[in-house]
Order: sequence, then structure tokens, then C-alpha cells
Amino acid sequence: MLVVAALGAAWIQVAAAQEGPGLGVPATPEQVAGWDDSIGPDGANLPRGSGTAAAGKIVYEGKCLACHGVEGAGRPNDQLVGGQGTLKDAAPIRTIGSYWPYATTVFDYVRRAMPYVAPHSLTADETYAVTAYLLALNGVIAQDAVMDATSLPKVVMPNRANFDSAYREPRRR
Amino acid sequence: MTKREALDSLEQVAGNGLLHRRLFLRGGAGALAGATLLSARAAPPETPSTMKTPGTPMRAYGERSPREASVQRAVGATPGAAGTGSSRTPLESLEGIITPSSLHFERHHNGVPDIDPEQHQVLIHGLVERPLIFSMAALARYPMVSRIQFLECSGNSAGNNNAEAPQQTAGGIHGLVSCSDWAGVPLAVLLDEAGVKPEGKWLLAEGADAAGMSRSVPMAKAMDDAILALYQNGERIRPEQGYPVRLFLPGYEGNMNVKWLRRIKVTAEPTMTKDETSKYSDLQPNGRSLLFTFPMEVKSVITSPSGMQNMQGPGLYQVSGVAWSGFGRIRRVEVSADGGKTFAEAALDGPVLPQALTRFRMPWRWDGAPSVLMSRAVDETGAVQPTRAALIATRGTAFRYHYNAIQSWSVAQGGAVSNFYV
Repeated sequence: MLVVAALGAAWIQVAAAQEGPGLGVPATPEQVAGWDDSIGPDGANLPRGSGTAAAGKIVYEGKCLACHGVEGAGRPNDQLVGGQGTLKDAAPIRTIGSYWPYATTVFDYVRRAMPYVAPHSLTADETYAVTAYLLALNGVIAQDAVMDATSLPKVVMPNRANFDSAYREPRRR
Repeated sequence: MTKREALDSLEQVAGNGLLHRRLFLRGGAGALAGATLLSARAAPPETPSTMKTPGTPMRAYGERSPREASVQRAVGATPGAAGTGSSRTPLESLEGIITPSSLHFERHHNGVPDIDPEQHQVLIHGLVERPLIFSMAALARYPMVSRIQFLECSGNSAGNNNAEAPQQTAGGIHGLVSCSDWAGVPLAVLLDEAGVKPEGKWLLAEGADAAGMSRSVPMAKAMDDAILALYQNGERIRPEQGYPVRLFLPGYEGNMNVKWLRRIKVTAEPTMTKDETSKYSDLQPNGRSLLFTFPMEVKSVITSPSGMQNMQGPGLYQVSGVAWSGFGRIRRVEVSADGGKTFAEAALDGPVLPQALTRFRMPWRWDGAPSVLMSRAVDETGAVQPTRAALIATRGTAFRYHYNAIQSWSVAQGGAVSNFYV
């Protein structure tokens, strides 16, 4: 308890007053692997597979264009391409190319949430490909660049350096 | 003393008819009986029909009076995506501090999933000694805590950042805030069971909806007061609030309170999800953006009278509204009836709870002339709700989140109340 007491008053109250009945069931590595599909900036959990802008254009035009417009121009839903140089304007245009700080986020989000009517329906190759297409349209990667678990985390987004964290760790008492 | 003399003798505490808050605290209004314009109708000549026939029987699950059916959330969906968007709490129709569960605001990113609690599980993994899976039945066995706390979408009130004041109700502008009695299991207890490794400074929370909503949360918050909420206002949380289980982070922006929670991954760094980078980040006038602006700042809004309502002639009114802060308790709320020239302190309904809506009240004698009502909240850290001009001076007009400026309502000659920029 001395160790716990050093970590903060609120935590002590919870830890001291409440002990769980220990009903968590150990998860196997296979179970964890099946559930864990989130991708951070280090790309550590990216799947096997690869894709290029050319392949992504076919995926995009079949499954994304109706909501996001020709070549990511937007309407009826989010604009995905363009807007670079507008962030100080009265009406900034926030797109993957102008705003998003990490390329891995594009893969992660497309895989978990797109296409809107059928999330989790794209293969890993299709997801890499549509990610490559959107990055190439924004001029972030070359048209013939291959996106995979090695290359995607290395992509440096144009607006990457313009983010600051407002979060500060609380001082420990 | 006549009624008029009684009114005139009341202590005016600020300009344009604001009266001392004790008027409504110690029966001071007794001297004013009959002074309101809404005098009761003459007594019916006969016994009312409800006294002559038996009423309806008991029922297993209650409903409000059908005569209240017009009190509704205002639903706004994204074009072509009915499950994406929000519905807003009709603040102007509610009293006290608890939001009825049926009127709690909604914000979804791909609809409300239909989840079977018998099948649903929560996985805790990542930088832990023991990855663990919890069934809903298991979670219900854990020690719980309950607290009355607000939840606010960080996009709330953003319409007031428009060049033209949106002409809407209080709920239409500010209704992405609600307040409930949330009960659930402290996340710290579950994390301790899994054994967080020293390098585990963050966690990723993921929902089981079709958006796979995911947000990064600091470990310090998770260990402080986060809960896995199972109950809302005494019953199991509603599907649109995350049934069967949601993450609840007192005071933090709504989007982080991940609904339909299925997975918690302990990480060394934030995962940098779409919603914490491209959406709920704050673009500043200099072109730089702030990530992780988590607590919702001190704020208040007068709900009565408020936008789109009409005064019922000159006379005595109770100005009333709600105040809240993600940083703790509300210390005081000040009200102005003269567009901010003078303010007086409002009465607060107690107990004043941390990170909860706090109801404030202020007697006002409206003389029928054009007026501007404002409320300004101060929280226990001393933070003061800014004016709209001050907020825009520091943050520009392009930001989307964490708008907390003072709301001004214009009361026109004739009594029409509307949104107004001072």
C-alpha cells in the first residue's frame, strides 16, 4: 500500500476501498490477435499485404466515390484531398493531405470504419491500396509507391510538425 | 403594502431589474402572490371529471404524459448517413440537473449497434501482465460507484462561432450536454487485476459499433476516476449511450467516453486515431493544432427565458439555467440583464457537485423594455467563462471544439427572446 499511496489520493481511495472479485478470464495470444486491429504511428500491428495508388483507384471508384467525390473532392461527405496551405485561412480545409498528422491513421480508420455501409469488408491489400491512392492524390507519396507494413509508417505527412499536445501528466503528490 | 409597493421595495442588485437571489430562497416571493401575469383561471364550477371516474391502472414500465410528447431531442444527421450525426437535449424544456435518459443527447458515427449482453465481452490487453476478458455478468459482480456527472460533446455550442448568431433554442445551440447518475465499475480495479506495466502510460478504448470508435486516454485519468458505466439514472444504460457498457471519463470531452466498449489496449503512447487527430483536435489561428484538449471548460447557459421563447408581459420572472465545468465544481454564476454592464450573483441549487450540471436561479423584474440576459460561470479553479469576443480573440473563428463563451439572449420589446451577439 505504501507504493500505491505514493501515486495519488484518488487512486488510493479506489484501491483501498475496492478489491475486485478477480473474474477476468485470461486471454490467449490468439484471442488478443483476433481482437487487436488498432494501428499506432509505429505501424507495429500492420497486417501483411500491400497496395498501390493504381489499385486503390479501382477500390475508391467502386466503394468510396459516392460519398467522397471524384478524386476525394468531397460531398456529400468529407473532402479527403487538397486544402494544403489553407489552415490559417478563415475557412480552413482539413483533409488527409492538409491536416492529418499520421499516414497510419488512414489505414486504421479505413479498415475499421469504411466503407460506411460495409466496414471491415476490405481486404488488407485493398486497404493498403486505397490508402496509397489517397496519399498519392494529396501528393504525399509517388504515384507508383507501394504501401505496406514497412513503407506506410515511414510516410511523413505534410502537417505533421504542426501539432502540439495539450495534455500534461498530473503532478504526483 | 400593496403588491406594487412590495415589488418596488425589493432590493435591486444589478442593472435593469435583477433582484437579490434570496427572493426565491426565503419565501420573499410570498409578498408577491398574485403579482405574476399568469393568474390562475377561475375555479371550475363543478368537480373535475378526473374525480368522478377511476384512473388508469399500474403499468410495468412508465411513460411520460402524452401531453408532454412535444418535448423531443432535435435530431440532425449527416446527408446519406442516418446513423451519423447528433440529437440535442431540449435544455429549455427541462428543470433541475438530471437529464431524462430518453432525452440525453446522442452523437454517433455509424448508428446504434444492437448488442446482446450475453455475448458482449471487454478485453483488456497490451502492456499488462495478464490480458483478461470480462463478461457483462462478471462486471456486474464488481464493486461499483455512482456519481451525478455531465457529459458534453466537445462540438457543443459551435454554432455560436458562426458570423451570424444561429436563431435556435437553448437546446438547439447548447444541447450536446446532458447530466445523469452514472454507475459502474472503477476502471482502476480492472486495470490492477490485469497488472499495468510501468511503461503503460496510455490506453486505447474501442467501441463495438460500425465506426469502431477508438480514442486514447491517459493512464492517469483511467486510474483516477474513470468507470465502465453499466447504469444510467438507475437502469441499464440506454442503447444510444453505449449498452451494455461505456467508458465514462468525468469532465472529459464526450467523444472519449467510448460507447459499446469492447477493448482496452494499454499502450506507451497515444494511438493517434482518426478522431483524436483529424477531428477532435483544435486548429488555432496560427495554423498549429492542439491535440488532447480533454476537459470541458467552465460554461453556463440561461435556459429560461431562452431562444425562440416569448415573455408573457412585464413582471417578475425567475431567470434559470445550468452551469458546469470539467475541472470540478461550479463556484458561482453571475447574471446580467443589461448586456454585461452589471452582474449579480445567482442562487445555486445544492448540493453543488463536481463535474455536474448546477442549476442557477435569479429573480428578474422585466419592465418590458429591450434587454440582454447573460450568465457567466466561475468554477472552483477560478476559471471564468469568457465573453464571445474574448474567446474569438484568442482562438479565431475556425475552431470547432470547446466553445464555452457566454451566451447572450436578447429580449425584445414585446417579449421575443433570441440569440444575440453582444
